[in-house]
Amino acid sequence: MHRVLGDRKAVLILLGPALLVYSLIMLVPMVWSFGYSFTEGNTIEGFTGNGLDNFQRLFSDPAVRDALWFTAKYAVVVTVGQVVAGYLLALLYVFFLKRASALVRTLVFFPVVLPTVAVGLLFQKFFQVAPQTGPVNSLLNAVGLESVDWFGSAGHAFWVLIVMDIWRSMGFYAVLLFAGLVDIPEEVLESARLDGASGLRLVRHIVLPMSFPVLMSSVVFSVNGTLKVFDCIVALTGGGPGNGTTPLTLYMFQTSFTYGDYGYGSTIALLLTVVCLLVTLVVFRVSRRDPMEG
Amino acid sequence: MAIDTPFKTSAGRGDGRGPHAGPASASRRRRPGRRPWVRTVVALLLVVEVYPLIWMFLTSLKSNDDYLNNSTWSLPTTWEWGNYTDAWTTGHIGLYVQNSLLAVLPALALILLLGTAAGFALQIMVWKGRSLTLLVFLTGMMVPAQMILLPLFTVYFQAGLSGTLWPLILTYTGTGLPLTVFMMATYYKTVPRELFEAATIDGAGILRAFWTISLPMVRNAILTVGLVQFFFIWNDLLIALTFTNSQDLRTVQVGLLNFTGDFGATRYGPLFAAICINVFGTLVIYLFLNQKVMKGLTSGAVKG
Repeated sequence: MHRVLGDRKAVLILLGPALLVYSLIMLVPMVWSFGYSFTEGNTIEGFTGNGLDNFQRLFSDPAVRDALWFTAKYAVVVTVGQVVAGYLLALLYVFFLKRASALVRTLVFFPVVLPTVAVGLLFQKFFQVAPQTGPVNSLLNAVGLESVDWFGSAGHAFWVLIVMDIWRSMGFYAVLLFAGLVDIPEEVLESARLDGASGLRLVRHIVLPMSFPVLMSSVVFSVNGTLKVFDCIVALTGGGPGNGTTPLTLYMFQTSFTYGDYGYGSTIALLLTVVCLLVTLVVFRVSRRDPMEG
Repeated sequence: MAIDTPFKTSAGRGDGRGPHAGPASASRRRRPGRRPWVRTVVALLLVVEVYPLIWMFLTSLKSNDDYLNNSTWSLPTTWEWGNYTDAWTTGHIGLYVQNSLLAVLPALALILLLGTAAGFALQIMVWKGRSLTLLVFLTGMMVPAQMILLPLFTVYFQAGLSGTLWPLILTYTGTGLPLTVFMMATYYKTVPRELFEAATIDGAGILRAFWTISLPMVRNAILTVGLVQFFFIWNDLLIALTFTNSQDLRTVQVGLLNFTGDFGATRYGPLFAAICINVFGTLVIYLFLNQKVMKGLTSGAVKG
């Protein structure tokens, strides 16, 4: 029987096309891009080898340091924000809204599917100061505070980015974590309640440990996504003011396509890839679980 | 898929209409949403989620004067529905939507066809090295797209594909495959292998068994995975920005981004109308399929 399910020709016919496309579009370019990091130039002007120059430049480039720092800061703050907001929402769904939570879940999830560019432009106008004062600044004025030029300094723009990303994605993490919380057997909660645990203590000692695996999966998704953040930033701040909100992804894009330096762009892409893989590995290590079981 | 089970449970416990929701939760505890602070939190949540969208819609109906001179909270003084016509024609949103459809639909069809076949070969069929092959696909989910852009740009340029939508179709297909293959392989776990053994005893070849027996069984999964991929590709900016160098090729996201440059900086109504077209277009799909979208995205979340 295994002769049929092990039919090599059939495997080739079914798997071959996918593997071919995947190899040509992803695997080969990955290796190729690695090769580019030892060159300078671009597609139009041609490439010339320059040994390890790009790597030396990478380590002494202050823009790389800024971009790396911004990426790290962004990933940490957004991950914490998304997962905490999502967890609080999930607790709300499970313990307070219960059966009534379907509508709230649906509404809060909606921004997840919205195009980031549209959300970015919306938030840009929402936090605007001139020529028209946006709702956020109007609200500040209404309570007697000065308008804030949200996009005038990198510090302020950073927080608008954070708020926007959490607004966009908390519904997603809420549903993901909700799935984990619903899985906790009612009997366990009931017996903990009988033993006198309630409120925060119930969450701290029963709910949190039992939802730990799905919490870790959320962290993995979140870190992986935020390290690659691109659309949000391009649409909201364009990396500015100056390069105050430029993550590695955008710096790589600008180096390659604005300045036509593909060799150095590839080196930055390589750095980004290494960071993504390392961080993912570390988070897996810490959570000690199979990444793909989540 | 590990995520599936909680969702089923949630349908029974969380959403279950009717009187069957466990005696413990119904009788011993107050009815949901009765506590004042819960109501306040929910109300606040709804305002935070919904108000920006309402504000955007109202602003899309304002004239420029109205937008610049009146309070940002006010209703439009005249309702300028013409902003939508402007965005669609003068703002080229119509063209961008067409480009997006021309790039996304072929890529989506390819992803689903190739991904389902590969998932079948990797999960149902028995051969050496299939877990290694699955692992090779999985690495594709971790690697940022920046790593493949430049070589692909070179190849497309040299192959003379630069002025077409082919670079988008090909790149979307390649980048969409890892997640699709992984998700389909997981779905096939729920289909017993004996079924295909039985089919082959009855004389069907394995390819025919794949096509006529397995495909109908995973139809639901294909819809779910298709939705996930649709949202990923439709909302993509990075790849579209890299490979569309002329205005005629712009997808919706690239077009919308450049909208501020084109005339959005001076004409706010059409800009907001363009954003609205995007948002409410998405809303229509979401409203019809929100359970499937939520389930699909959360189980496909590995892509991040």
